[in-house]
Amino acid sequence: MEAVIFYVFGAALIAAGVGVVTSRNPVHSAMFLVLAFVTSAFLWMLLEAEFLAIVLVLVYVGAVMVLFLFVVMMLDVKIEQARAGFTRYAPLGIAVVLIIVAQLGYVVWARTQEMSFLQAPPRADAGFSNTELLGSQLYTDYAYPFELAAVILLVAIVAAIALTMRKRPGLKVQDVAKQVQVRREDRVRLVSMDAEKGE
Amino acid sequence: MTVAESAFLIPDFAPAAAEIVVLFMACVVLVVDLFVSDRHRWITYGLCLLTLLMAAMATAMYVPRETVLTFSGTFVSDPLARVLKLFTYSVTAVVFLYSKDYLRERALFRGEYYLLGLFATLGIMVLISAHSMLTVYLGLELLSLSLYAMVAFSRDDPVAAESAMKYFILGAIASGCFLFGTSILYGVTGSLDLAEIRRAVATLDGLNIHLLFALSFILVGIGFKFGAVPFHMWVPDVYQGAPTSVTLFIGSAAKIGSLALLMRVLVEGLGGVQQSWGDMLLVLCILSMGIGNIVAIAQTNLKRMLGYSTISHVGFILMGFLVGTRQGIEAALYYTVAYVIMAAAAFGMILLLSRRGFEADELDDFRGLNARSRWFAGVMLVVMFSMAGVPPFLGFWAKLAVLGAAVDAGLTWLAVTGVIFSVIGAFYYLRIIKLMYFEEPSDTLSLGGGSDLKLVLSLNAALIVFLGVFPEGLISIFNQIVTTAP
Repeated sequence: MEAVIFYVFGAALIAAGVGVVTSRNPVHSAMFLVLAFVTSAFLWMLLEAEFLAIVLVLVYVGAVMVLFLFVVMMLDVKIEQARAGFTRYAPLGIAVVLIIVAQLGYVVWARTQEMSFLQAPPRADAGFSNTELLGSQLYTDYAYPFELAAVILLVAIVAAIALTMRKRPGLKVQDVAKQVQVRREDRVRLVSMDAEKGE
Repeated sequence: MTVAESAFLIPDFAPAAAEIVVLFMACVVLVVDLFVSDRHRWITYGLCLLTLLMAAMATAMYVPRETVLTFSGTFVSDPLARVLKLFTYSVTAVVFLYSKDYLRERALFRGEYYLLGLFATLGIMVLISAHSMLTVYLGLELLSLSLYAMVAFSRDDPVAAESAMKYFILGAIASGCFLFGTSILYGVTGSLDLAEIRRAVATLDGLNIHLLFALSFILVGIGFKFGAVPFHMWVPDVYQGAPTSVTLFIGSAAKIGSLALLMRVLVEGLGGVQQSWGDMLLVLCILSMGIGNIVAIAQTNLKRMLGYSTISHVGFILMGFLVGTRQGIEAALYYTVAYVIMAAAAFGMILLLSRRGFEADELDDFRGLNARSRWFAGVMLVVMFSMAGVPPFLGFWAKLAVLGAAVDAGLTWLAVTGVIFSVIGAFYYLRIIKLMYFEEPSDTLSLGGGSDLKLVLSLNAALIVFLGVFPEGLISIFNQIVTTAP
């Protein structure tokens, strides 16, 4: 049963990966990437890494990919331009792919020679909580690295704001307080004009 | 749950007192800076200097003098860490002081420069006290991220943006390499703890293929952070492109971080296979000394020239480490500290000569300096002589210590190579002295800069002379604090 699940999701994952690379529309690519993330989350579930699986869906699918889609939609990528040098770069690309395939094949072949170290780890019992274990490790033994990671995020925030936030001269912004406080005299000017005679 | 139930003791916070002070104060500065108007920006500056002073007091008084491990073995406080941290505080304080007038004249006198500087200092401190590959990596990232942002700090300057981009991308690749090497090392030794790694490596053959694989990736990361050839491509561009006050920080304080990285990972963690990484460092060392010194001759931009000069000095520092004796490590530490003191003074001179809308970073800007200010021409003379390794200045003793260690370890040919490249390098240092004393000044304006900058810069030069005349004090400090040798 487990093997069936693994192969079904594995096939879906590979299909999604192929979809990311081959689809012509970048939005479709991003969608396939979402599918790839969700499918690999299921595979992690099989490995009993529940927490990581949920975080993958929440963080990558929920936040990162949505942001990514926004960027893709705003950028207005020209497909024709990106494909312009296809024939020129194709031979090099094919050579690189062939080498990678050969390397992967070699690794797989080497693994078949000696399989004893590939034993699956023993199953944990039903009450085992992945999240709890991670949490208890993170806040005890790894408290110091954990805090440091938080400081790094703080630096990232400070740096991002320092590098991007500025007051440009001539920027047109609304000042709500000013808008609310406006009086009739500021906006309306009464002009007395002579009445015109109707025809 | 077995792990949750196992007894967990609250760790001892005293050894990390200085880190806690710096982090707390950095957060305070972050909030205070929001409410300070541009006219009162000196409050931020003062608070940052106060932070460094408080950290120094914490390190000197609260941190235990002996070697202590805390936070489940991820943090170590030993005599080496205390001395390097105290040195880091003083260098950072000097950097902040030198930068003040320069930043103010360029409308860059904002809280973020000092804040990022504090965070970078915290990164250096974490690196110095790291006792686990995880902490090493986090310290490295904390330092690097702050530096990337500092380089890009002058937002309207396209050159600064370009160099920040180069620094960021190359730095990310180097961090990736380091992390990849770390993961393989974890696979080989089964631990991230440096003491565990040391124990596990002792049982392995130095030519273990997986270990060598891990080692070469880790060395790429270290070589990049140091700026050793062939991982030096970012150094000249970043030195030239960054605002001079940031170059000053990268050239001085950040080098202590690189030193700590090498010290903790290679000497402490992988000391058992010194033979293996010594040979790799040998290549980096000779290439750095050669390319650094020869290419520096062709430079007309002083910041760029000092960048190449840094590369050549890094070659000397690596020479101390690669000989693999205790004496060599002491010499490398001594050389790094000496180099940081000299680099601070050299970039301080550029900052002193710069004015509003004018960077004194071309060699020609030093033409005829003697006619403009006899005193500061003398300061530059001391710095350049010391960098060239002319006795009786500090740089001479540093070079002597490293070369002596190499000769004692039977690497006489390496020492001779080092001397030859130093002689080649002396040319471009002496050229500046010739420009200052034997040529007519191109402009006759008197020097800018506040009296605090002038005073500290003079003290900095005086320190170079003093440590050159009385070198024993500094050497004996390093003699005492080096506890581990490969």
